Amino acid sequence: MNGKSTAIEFQSAGFRLPDGRALLSALDLTVERGETLVLLGRSGSGKTTTLKLVNRLLDPTDGRVLVEDRPTTEWDAIRLRRRIGYVIQEVGLFPHFTIEENVAVVPRLEGWDSERTTARVRELLDLVGLDPDRFASRYPHELSGGQRQRVGVARALAADPPILLLDEPFGALDPITRREIQGEFRALQRRLGKTMVFVTHDVGEAFLLASRIALLKDGRIVLLGRPADFLASRDPEVAAFVSCLRGADEAAAAP
Amino acid sequence: MKLWEFLAAHRAEVFQLSLEHLFLVGVSTGIAILIGVPLGIALTRRPALGKPILGFANIMQTVPSLALFGFLIPLNIYLFHIRLIGGIGARTAIAALALYALLPIIRNTFTGINGVDPAIREAGRGLGMTDRQLLLQVEVPLALGVIVAGIRVATVIAVGTATIAAAIDAGGLGRYIFRGLRMNDNTLILAGAVPAALLALAADFFLGAVEHSFGRGARRFNRRHAFAVLGAVIAALAVIVAVSFHSGAARRIAVGSKDFTEQIILGEILAQTIEDRTGVSVERRFDLGGNLAHDALIAGEIEVYVEYTGTALTAILKLPPLSDAREVYRRVKSEYAQRFHLEWTEPLGFNNTFAILVRGDAAKKLGLKTISDIARYAPKWRAGFGQDFVSRPDGYEGFARAYGLKFAEVREMDLSLTYRALANGQVDIIAGNSTDGLIARLGLVQLDDDRHYFPPYDAVPVAREETLGREPELGAALAALTGAISVEEMRRMNFAVDGERRAARDVAEEFLRRKKLVGGG
Repeated sequence: MNGKSTAIEFQSAGFRLPDGRALLSALDLTVERGETLVLLGRSGSGKTTTLKLVNRLLDPTDGRVLVEDRPTTEWDAIRLRRRIGYVIQEVGLFPHFTIEENVAVVPRLEGWDSERTTARVRELLDLVGLDPDRFASRYPHELSGGQRQRVGVARALAADPPILLLDEPFGALDPITRREIQGEFRALQRRLGKTMVFVTHDVGEAFLLASRIALLKDGRIVLLGRPADFLASRDPEVAAFVSCLRGADEAAAAP
Repeated sequence: MKLWEFLAAHRAEVFQLSLEHLFLVGVSTGIAILIGVPLGIALTRRPALGKPILGFANIMQTVPSLALFGFLIPLNIYLFHIRLIGGIGARTAIAALALYALLPIIRNTFTGINGVDPAIREAGRGLGMTDRQLLLQVEVPLALGVIVAGIRVATVIAVGTATIAAAIDAGGLGRYIFRGLRMNDNTLILAGAVPAALLALAADFFLGAVEHSFGRGARRFNRRHAFAVLGAVIAALAVIVAVSFHSGAARRIAVGSKDFTEQIILGEILAQTIEDRTGVSVERRFDLGGNLAHDALIAGEIEVYVEYTGTALTAILKLPPLSDAREVYRRVKSEYAQRFHLEWTEPLGFNNTFAILVRGDAAKKLGLKTISDIARYAPKWRAGFGQDFVSRPDGYEGFARAYGLKFAEVREMDLSLTYRALANGQVDIIAGNSTDGLIARLGLVQLDDDRHYFPPYDAVPVAREETLGREPELGAALAALTGAISVEEMRRMNFAVDGERRAARDVAEEFLRRKKLVGGG
């Protein structure tokens, strides 16, 4: 023990479908408190499955997953999920709720009084860069994709959860908006100091946000390390991702 | 326009029947919502239930409504002391209508909830909503547009089907339609059909607006709306429960009748005589189709109605036809006492036998007097018979055999339609009733039953032994009617209603006063 406590720990965790197909095999991984671990990989590599094992949207079929040193199967699923913020690519805002009501979902479920809830919603909208006076009473369909995704982040943060799970949160945005929001998110990340697990297939995003990167392929970890370790690796899957990064840089550098 | 004049002249009654209609539709659809929405939700939680439940609802929708009514009448389903299903009247009609309304409501609830964007559902679960919170705060509000669309379909179907409820004395606009069919009166049919169609359109429009406000464009699920709807449904249920309690409480005698003019006049004659001579309040449960009056008498839903000796012998007791009138009466009286504890009182005095009818011009041209005379022409003739005549053991089959008749075509249709079909030349021969007022009005000729095939059909009030024992005045009142009505008098009264469009109640009252059977003190 190095004094840092562990937020999430996968111990030989695996997940198999009822038909026997393994989506995730013998995963060993720890996420330290306050770090941002990026799960990188192609579609179908097991990133999302890994994420869902943390908030018990799925239970491991092999091994176990510990959150704050307790196996997830011993947590009450509802209590566990309210301690973990969750942001998905499709955002999943409730279309019949206003922005304010969407952000207030978890505080309301937790029984906060309305004064405290309102104050918290305004604080969070400010935090994600949306003017509360302009946006609080609007409906999701009246917002742009980037604005919706900011609301999604605000909603996940509402009850101040120590852990945040993000599943390709910026994947559906146009490249320019994505860049902007990534930058803002990085600042937010530093300010909040939360434990985050961030799923992406965008290697640039991974390099921008990660404390450490875990590269997944076919449900197994190919490489786990800091971005610098990544550039040094000779593994062909790693090399394929790194070349994407270089390709993008070269294209940007071209006249 | 005749329809408009009729509706204007009868607006109070039209309004009353429309209210009855709305009551049937509202309560039955309300019950279907209370059952169907939770069932539909349960299916989304346990998909294994889907096949049996949707299968059941599917089958219910394919059962013809009259058959379903017939099936429900003999049932006795109680909740505490309140009879929920069974017997004639609104309760059974509501049960049947609710069964019909179930399918679209269950199916739309199921597909509406399953149609909610999976990302929204996953977000809700990921935020730590329990299944219940997810359902009530997210899935149901978002599915509400689709659910209301199902309710809309169910309601429009119910408005249409409820017209048939008049066949089991449940009231509603179907009364006009059935009465119009019976009296061969287009205006009356339209007086029932047009308001029913307008109700259906109004319900469709109103629920369409509700659906739209809850639909994809819905901004906000208003909790108060939901409570208002729930409140209305509960209030409607409370009313029906109160009605059920009430109808069981007071001392009363229920008089029934079958579903043709003569029976309704006779029902009025019985009812008014009983009211006049006993002072007990009489409930009129008329217009019971098929053997429903008999079923209702056995079930204790009614205490008395007029039956015909030949009908009882062959159609109810399933005994072979007899031609001697006294013998038939003795036979049915003793069988009814033994089998059903029902008492045949004294005959009213006339015989309503089947009348084999042809057009007057045909009878004159071909010189037709007796049924035997038609044997030559039958192979070229089309016959039009009511369902009753075709299916009864003393009906078509034996009749054709007795006279050696083979028709080119036998068309089965509603009895009331056969007269019109004959008059219009669509058929050449029909089997009507000898006391029918339309015989004279349409210039039809009754052929003589020269081989005495048709058994006697003497009209006799049949009552429950138990009621006669409890209410001795009832027996005395019925006895006063012994031999009181001749076949001519019956035919005149039938014509007064069918031909002159007078109310059965007035015709009966006038008859009773003229014969000094009521009002004598």
